[in-house]
Amino acid sequence: MDGGNHDILIEAVDVKGYYDVPKGYVRAVDGCTLKLRQEEIIGIAGESGCGKSTFGKILMGYDKPPLRMVSGTITVNGVNIYSVTWNERKRIWGSSIAMIPQYSMNSLNPTRKIRNLIVDAMREKFRTGISESEMVQRAEHRFKDLGLSSTALDMFPFEMSGGMKQRAVIAISTLLNPKVLIVDEPTSALDVSTQRLLLELLYYIVKRKIVGSMIIISHDIASLRQICDYMYIMYAGKIAESAPMERMIEHPLHPYAKLLLDAVVTPEPEIRKRKLEGIPGAPPQLIKPSIGCRFSDRCPHVMDRCKSEEPPYLALEPDRFVACWLYGEGMGTDARRHDQS
Amino acid sequence: MHEDMIRVEHLSKIFTTGFIGLGKRIVAVNDVSFNCKSGEVIGLIGESGSGKTTTARLILKLLAPTSGEIYFRGKSIWTMPNREYYRCVQGVFQDPYSSINPVYRVKHLFNNTSNLFREVPKNEASHRVKEVLELVHLKPEEVLEKHIDELSGGELQRILLANCLFVDPNVILTDEPTSMIDASMRVIVLNLIKELSEKHRKLIVFITHDISQAFYICDRMIVMYQGLIVEQGSAEDVVLNPQHPYTKRLISDVPKLKQKFKLSMED
Repeated sequence: MDGGNHDILIEAVDVKGYYDVPKGYVRAVDGCTLKLRQEEIIGIAGESGCGKSTFGKILMGYDKPPLRMVSGTITVNGVNIYSVTWNERKRIWGSSIAMIPQYSMNSLNPTRKIRNLIVDAMREKFRTGISESEMVQRAEHRFKDLGLSSTALDMFPFEMSGGMKQRAVIAISTLLNPKVLIVDEPTSALDVSTQRLLLELLYYIVKRKIVGSMIIISHDIASLRQICDYMYIMYAGKIAESAPMERMIEHPLHPYAKLLLDAVVTPEPEIRKRKLEGIPGAPPQLIKPSIGCRFSDRCPHVMDRCKSEEPPYLALEPDRFVACWLYGEGMGTDARRHDQS
Repeated sequence: MHEDMIRVEHLSKIFTTGFIGLGKRIVAVNDVSFNCKSGEVIGLIGESGSGKTTTARLILKLLAPTSGEIYFRGKSIWTMPNREYYRCVQGVFQDPYSSINPVYRVKHLFNNTSNLFREVPKNEASHRVKEVLELVHLKPEEVLEKHIDELSGGELQRILLANCLFVDPNVILTDEPTSMIDASMRVIVLNLIKELSEKHRKLIVFITHDISQAFYICDRMIVMYQGLIVEQGSAEDVVLNPQHPYTKRLISDVPKLKQKFKLSMED
């Protein structure tokens, strides 16, 4: 174990993950730091192309070309995941850390029954000593636990509804009770009622200790708000702000976080009382990002310094980090007063 | 006399499968009636399979109804010539990729529209194209030369909206117009749609499953479930004081920022 801190399941420090492309490389994850504790559910929010899904992959240790882990360290359950070979990582996946990628419920092989899919997954992905029959038995048990009847095991994916498929995928990915489950966009393409059931299910599997902790990657902040304890907001490959969920919702500090939260529409009365502003412009190209803060082109509080120097990712309060010059370097308290006015 | 812009009366659409329709019958739209005036934003809300898109396709004359009638300014839409009708009523569809010929450049799209609908001089047309693209926050010089596959879904959706504005119709039906647009740009597009109704007195039929977006911009809402209208009324009444159990459930299941779901641990 790393320094004897058993509580921390993932510790990622200054991680950089780039995609190699003919013209150079795309800095999809460019210096991100993240900490995940036991029993914690954290959300990574951001808009399309901000690097949140890539960050998820990098955290898994899944740096298949063209994606490349450039620098930084990631410790998953005490193991530095980039210091071990691909085959050793395969042993880690499934038991230490598992991932449910985006659209996974639509990626089930339509010609195989769920039962066979489980056996396939066991053989190919999860290298454990457990026999196939025992695995299927465990799956049956897990299916019941997640509110699926065991007859679902003998169904083909096309016989199941979206919600059932999503449940089945969650059941299969958590068969080995991973310490960490990363879920990418779990609620997209589902009806709101199914969405709600799914969020409840994700909450349930953490609280019932089926998985140790969870990272949910989503663009849907209102959904993350329902079950996450802590939230990271990413912009253009970097973490703009991270804070405990309540504080983030009630009092965001980074200008991007503020504007993004302001642009969330919900069926709550105050939404109709004012005109929401949105954020004009588009995120920068990550192949040749400008020096300085990447949000500076769209930021309403932009200063000279933002254009030339990159803001550090500073702790403003315990458990709260912001990368913005408004709060930078020794003016922490001032900045917060400025913000509250 | 103040006439309704669009009036839908007892509209039904039944899809049949199998040989000469002897197979299954699917009632997609079931006896739907509503009316809307210019300057209104009407939300047509429902989950997948509720019949909202079919209703839109019927209004756009893309499907023939099984029974019922649709009137545009008091005239049955089936008696109107297509070109005349589409100059007044336009639609923006859900999937932008299947709405545009993939080998086109963006400028071809606008050229076609310009040739079809507006008999205006070339330079005036190109000026107008720039105007509508800027309205949807796109840079004309950047997008016009691009191929369809070089653009993101969100950009395409905005281009389609711009294309629709180019025709300058009285009625715009938008089917999930912001599904691929990021949150920060989404409210900008929603504001634009709202503005079209407020400033330019257009009738907007806003079709969506997303009750939050509808609540933000709609004046009135029509909630559909399995082809039927289960509830209609002002946006405030429908969302803040829903009457039908389906609407109640729909609204309570939408995640909100200010309050959290009651998460029950017992299943």
